[in-house]
Amino acid sequence: MNPRDLFRQDWFGLLAVALVAGGIIAFLKPAFLSSFNIQILLASIAINAMIAFSQMIIIAIGQMNLSVGAIGGLAAISFAGAMEVWGLPVPLAILLGLAIGLGCGLINGWLVAVSGISAFIITLATLYIFNGINLGITEAQPFYGVAESVKTFGDMVLIGPVPMIAIPTLIVIVAMVWMMTRARIGRHILAVGGNAHAAELGGVSVRSTVIWAHAISGLLAAIAGMIVVARLQIGQPTIGNDWLITSFAAPVIGGALLAGGHISVIGTLLGVVIIAIITQSLVLFGVDPFAMQIALGGLILWAVAIDRTRSWRAERRRVKIA
Amino acid sequence: MTHDAAADLAADSAAFPAPVRRWRRLLLTNEFGLIVLIALFALIFALLNPAFVSRFSLFAMGRNMAIDIVVGFSMMVVIVTGGLNLSVGAIAVCAVMTCGWLLEVVGLPLAPAVVCALGMGAALGWINGVLITRSGIHSFIITLATMSIFFGMMIFLTRAEAFRALPPEMTAFGKAKIGGYVSPLLLVTIAVGLALSFLYRFTAMGRRMLAAGASPAAAELSGVRVNRTFVACHVLSGVLATIAGLMLTARTGAAIPSMAGHLGQDWLLPAFLAPVLGGTLLTGGRVSVLGTFLGGMLVTILSAGLLLMQVGEFWIKAVLGLLLLVAVFADAARRLYLAKRKIA
Repeated sequence: MNPRDLFRQDWFGLLAVALVAGGIIAFLKPAFLSSFNIQILLASIAINAMIAFSQMIIIAIGQMNLSVGAIGGLAAISFAGAMEVWGLPVPLAILLGLAIGLGCGLINGWLVAVSGISAFIITLATLYIFNGINLGITEAQPFYGVAESVKTFGDMVLIGPVPMIAIPTLIVIVAMVWMMTRARIGRHILAVGGNAHAAELGGVSVRSTVIWAHAISGLLAAIAGMIVVARLQIGQPTIGNDWLITSFAAPVIGGALLAGGHISVIGTLLGVVIIAIITQSLVLFGVDPFAMQIALGGLILWAVAIDRTRSWRAERRRVKIA
Repeated sequence: MTHDAAADLAADSAAFPAPVRRWRRLLLTNEFGLIVLIALFALIFALLNPAFVSRFSLFAMGRNMAIDIVVGFSMMVVIVTGGLNLSVGAIAVCAVMTCGWLLEVVGLPLAPAVVCALGMGAALGWINGVLITRSGIHSFIITLATMSIFFGMMIFLTRAEAFRALPPEMTAFGKAKIGGYVSPLLLVTIAVGLALSFLYRFTAMGRRMLAAGASPAAAELSGVRVNRTFVACHVLSGVLATIAGLMLTARTGAAIPSMAGHLGQDWLLPAFLAPVLGGTLLTGGRVSVLGTFLGGMLVTILSAGLLLMQVGEFWIKAVLGLLLLVAVFADAARRLYLAKRKIA
């Protein structure tokens, strides 16, 4: 890729924002670039990127998924519970967690596709169903019997400050980029999100595309949940409770159109990076951690405002040309 | 009490003579279905466990019901616009904490503190409304952001600490029993419901809200200032959320930052359940105050009954989620049925 192509990418602005913000903070607080700090930063990016991708894929079809956190939580406690209660070996427990995420996603997708009812209300209902099952099983008590290998995986570093848990995220990033640019399902997802009716006429099965998108979303949420288990070293029933805002903030900052049909994997990743940098700097500057909630909400508003002005400008230009 | 019956009426009048028509219409309404369900569940629970109809149980149910219904109202008045308000819980907590601060720290008497809290709720609702109408961005994303901002501000300012030194009148109001088992909170709810019915039926403002929600473009052309009307809906939502919050505070006897869960998320399910069960159209323009009232009632009866039957508190959450699914599917089936009748 030559430099001019890089400049043309719609995520270039975000990259600049991330680099400048990182640079300023590193200048003011050199501790920001300490190996320990970078490790924390990368770990939080690795987890939040999964959560953001899980929502992004649903935004791509022009819907929303309120149950991302509930699916992640249910998969997480099943993963930990299978190891503690049934003594399942780690690979089988991982498979179980993935299957639960996939299953929950399929249920969401099937309900939305078959009923034609808005995904908002369906996933609001399933959010409480999945979360209720989670709490019903655990009775709000964590599972402590997580296998040692999972615990070390959550603690270990790969090289330098790069944590081991970055590996699944890296694989997923590559898979997502490939899926959205090269694979048929990715193009179908964008086509349905852009204009479902036109996609149907063009021979795309809207129903199966919607179901697939929700299945992928559930799978990604489950991976995120299980990585959090490795990181926390226990199966907390509260995993996923606070994912809602982050899951929307990152894709929106990354330039995803909420109406569907346009998303950016790299943009979403940079959205996660920007959020992580801001969170981390709030901690470094000793700002109240409670202020993070305000900053996140403000970031969403800022991102949609930019999106608005961008489309206004595009419209005005089009009017001038015409 | 559904304020959009013309279409259904036209469909039925073609097919049946007048008396049959009236019966069929009554039987097909959401409200009738809800009354049947409420009676059915109440009967089942009462037969399974007589404690369900004890004075204490009725009093406790009435109190919970009163709050759940007003929470439902606070969402209903924005669903009318075809939008939604994820920040109802966050607004309620902000307003209640303002009230608690005024009472405990500033030392204001109860009445002005409550008025200030309502003003706070109205102001936060106004911010939502203005942001949504000025930006043209969907209310989902705006209220998602403001939910985080409002709640964050509240937690930041209160340091997540509760105000417990509330005046005794307030807690007494929450504990009072009229005639042995009716909570005065229920009377507040009924008054709010009547006021909302009056608003949508008899006032120009209410009619404008319904018209703007049904078709913003058509309403704008007929002289309704749609943006201003939508802002009014959000202000009303903020006020109703505050009323629900104050009622909850009277019940628990303290203003607690976590009373609606993280970011006020715990209110979302009751807030959507009552209006959706009650037949409020999610696309806007149609509202049923009585339906929302009955919907809230059904939710409370179900939770109370299941709790009495030793079903764990957490499973009830799952059951209520399932109920929301069943409700939207039943509504979709009902609409399909009506559409078929129209063709026949």
